[in-house]
Amino acid sequence: MIKLNNRECEWQEGLTVQELLKLKTFTYPRIIVYVNDKIISPEDYASTIIEDGDKVKAIHLMAGG
Amino acid sequence: MELENNQTGQPFLKEYSYDLGVLDRGYTNRTLYINVGSYKIKEKPVTPLMKDKFIGGKGFGLYYLWQAVTESTKWNDPENEIIISSGPVGGITQYPGSGKSLVVTLSPLTNMPIDSNAGGYFGPFLKFAGFDAIELQGKADKDVIIFIDGNKGTISIEEAHGETSDTHILGGQLTEKYADNEEDRRNIAVISTGSGAEHTNIGLLNFTFYDVRRKGIRLKQAGRGGIGTVFRDKHIKAVVIKFAGVKGNLNHPVDQLTLNKTGIKLHKEIHDLDNAQNRMRKIGTANIIEVMDQYDLLPTHNYKFGAHKDTFKIASDVFISKVTQNSPDGCWHGCSMACAKAADHFELKTGPYKGQKVTIDGPEYENAAGLGSNCGIFDPDAILELNFYCDTYGIDTISYATLTAFVMECYENGILNQERTGGLELNFGNTEASLELLHQMSQGVGFGKIAGLGIRKMKAYLAKEFGADPQFLFDIGMEQKGLEFSEYLPKESLAQQGGYGLTNKGPQHDEAWLIFMDMVNNQIPTFEDKAEALHYYPMFRTWFGLNGLCKLPWNDIAPADNKLTDEPAKIPEHVQNYVDIFNAVTGKAIDKHELIRQSERVYNFQRIFNIRMGFGKRVHDKLPYRAMGPVTVEEYVSRQERYDKQLTELLDYDTTGKSTEEKIKVMRDYRESQYEKLTDAVYKRRGWTMDGVPTVEKLRELEMDLPELLEVVEKNM
Ligand code: SF4
Repeated sequence: MIKLNNRECEWQEGLTVQELLKLKTFTYPRIIVYVNDKIISPEDYASTIIEDGDKVKAIHLMAGG
Repeated sequence: MELENNQTGQPFLKEYSYDLGVLDRGYTNRTLYINVGSYKIKEKPVTPLMKDKFIGGKGFGLYYLWQAVTESTKWNDPENEIIISSGPVGGITQYPGSGKSLVVTLSPLTNMPIDSNAGGYFGPFLKFAGFDAIELQGKADKDVIIFIDGNKGTISIEEAHGETSDTHILGGQLTEKYADNEEDRRNIAVISTGSGAEHTNIGLLNFTFYDVRRKGIRLKQAGRGGIGTVFRDKHIKAVVIKFAGVKGNLNHPVDQLTLNKTGIKLHKEIHDLDNAQNRMRKIGTANIIEVMDQYDLLPTHNYKFGAHKDTFKIASDVFISKVTQNSPDGCWHGCSMACAKAADHFELKTGPYKGQKVTIDGPEYENAAGLGSNCGIFDPDAILELNFYCDTYGIDTISYATLTAFVMECYENGILNQERTGGLELNFGNTEASLELLHQMSQGVGFGKIAGLGIRKMKAYLAKEFGADPQFLFDIGMEQKGLEFSEYLPKESLAQQGGYGLTNKGPQHDEAWLIFMDMVNNQIPTFEDKAEALHYYPMFRTWFGLNGLCKLPWNDIAPADNKLTDEPAKIPEHVQNYVDIFNAVTGKAIDKHELIRQSERVYNFQRIFNIRMGFGKRVHDKLPYRAMGPVTVEEYVSRQERYDKQLTELLDYDTTGKSTEEKIKVMRDYRESQYEKLTDAVYKRRGWTMDGVPTVEKLRELEMDLPELLEVVEKNM
């Protein structure tokens, strides 16, 4: 289990940020990703592995309206 | 003696000359009053109180409307006014999004003040012509056109002859008529509406400006709340303004350098980052259609669902292929965000203009979602055609879309049938029926006449005439305070329910759009967090309307390092930009806290205005349940897993063996109680009583303890 935006979320060995965003269909273009409070740049999404118990945030910036 | 306008051949009913005046630090310090019933025209001074407490824009609109009406005034009484004002920052050309006009009137839908904003050139031209606002009062006995020549300093009221009222024709005709030559057309801005505004309660105002590249007019709308209906009820056909000589320093700001620098910084950001962020320059606000679908937020079939398998057919890329490319369009000088898209050479397939090739402004997200998915229509050409006709008929696309979705659900439930609709098969997805309904509305015939009343009055009609269950109608009729909802699905976000429900004018998302923050990011988990957001964002966004500014350049683009700031959602650098440009224009020295207080004064004034008109209390902030949760079995089942899980986790409710109806009831009790708790928290944060009335202490703290406000508040404690 990991925390995603402070909610419980399934985890599997080797899960990357890119896979997590895909799994959650987080397709919005303006998301800021933090893993344990560290900002991850989009170019590192594919290579950043999320460990069991990590705290991940995928903050969608408001727009629209 | 009846004189004639040499240029137009129209008989003058009244002529008036004025001194051009001086624009200083964003204000002309003068407003214009026109009574179309008595033809009285006068100039009024802008008082220090107006500038200090109401700033401009919708602040001035509300201030004047308050003086004009009493608690018993109705929208169609001659005393009702339409006030149009830009605001002190409006008309600058350095910072993107600075050309908005704010319009205020008593709404035929809500019977209380409505405000709506539009792009285009009118607001800035009015200021350059010498006036911070225009008040239109009275009721003419024949159709009139008001013409303001902002270079000569003349105003005339002329009798309108023969012109159609549909904007794509009228706007073009008047632009041609009042311009000296082709070159001069860019100096003309027209406000008008269309035939639909004469027969419905959902009329809008079109603000036209001349597009030099296309050699034709473009339209922007003050859409919400039936302002166009009031305009035509006053027998005003159009207000035309002419001003030649737009320059970057006409506001006479105290600090031109800061304006230039702040503007250049944002232009660079937009240039460098827009493509990777929201593609506003490429597709405009329609960029989010598929995103909303993917997050289950796209209103579908009268807000029953949040996604649809056919959304790809109306996705942003489909519209990109339909709008003219390589010409990012701004709706005022200097807007490099340039989201004002248009589809050119579109051949109409239905209605009175069938076969004509036209330019269609849009589509905006709201149009695609409302006219499209919410009515089960996934045909992009149909959406464009509906969009075109709504605009030229002067019908608010959002109200039209939401009420048509409601009608369609009533049809599918047997409340309506072909006999009752005069033959229209108004099932979800029936494009022809939707178009026919719209054409009927424009003429006030058939079922279109009933639908044009708006959802609130339609609900009463359906219950009375056909014995429909009022509770069911209340649950699925997506209106609140009489205004139709805009096009986001708030069901799974309590904060957005507040963003729609706890508003001054009704469920339009321009006060707060908190769905991502709440539902996806989980950044505002407690009632207090949500209440804080429902305080800050409505106040922050009110401020745009006081200053003639567009909201989009605030958060539809963000600086590259925004994510490193402590509150990325607020876009702190842009907030500071607004403080800087306000100070640079006016010479005042506000900070970001005073910015919020400026808004709070007007926001509370508007709330009290609503209360004065008999609305604006807790009971008026209730929402239809469709906005909060699943009304029908079909809706519950579509998200059964999610809802069952919520019942188990949040309420410890064992769902095994329970019928869907039982689960719906438990869910409803829970969600309605959550909304009540949210309401308590928000009222507390805003300094209101638990009945939603601003307290005397709050007014004192804001230095808004004006006697007329205290009188209303004290009466309602
Ligand atoms: S962002 Fe779009 S709507 Fe706003 S001022 Fe610019 S062009 Fe107009």
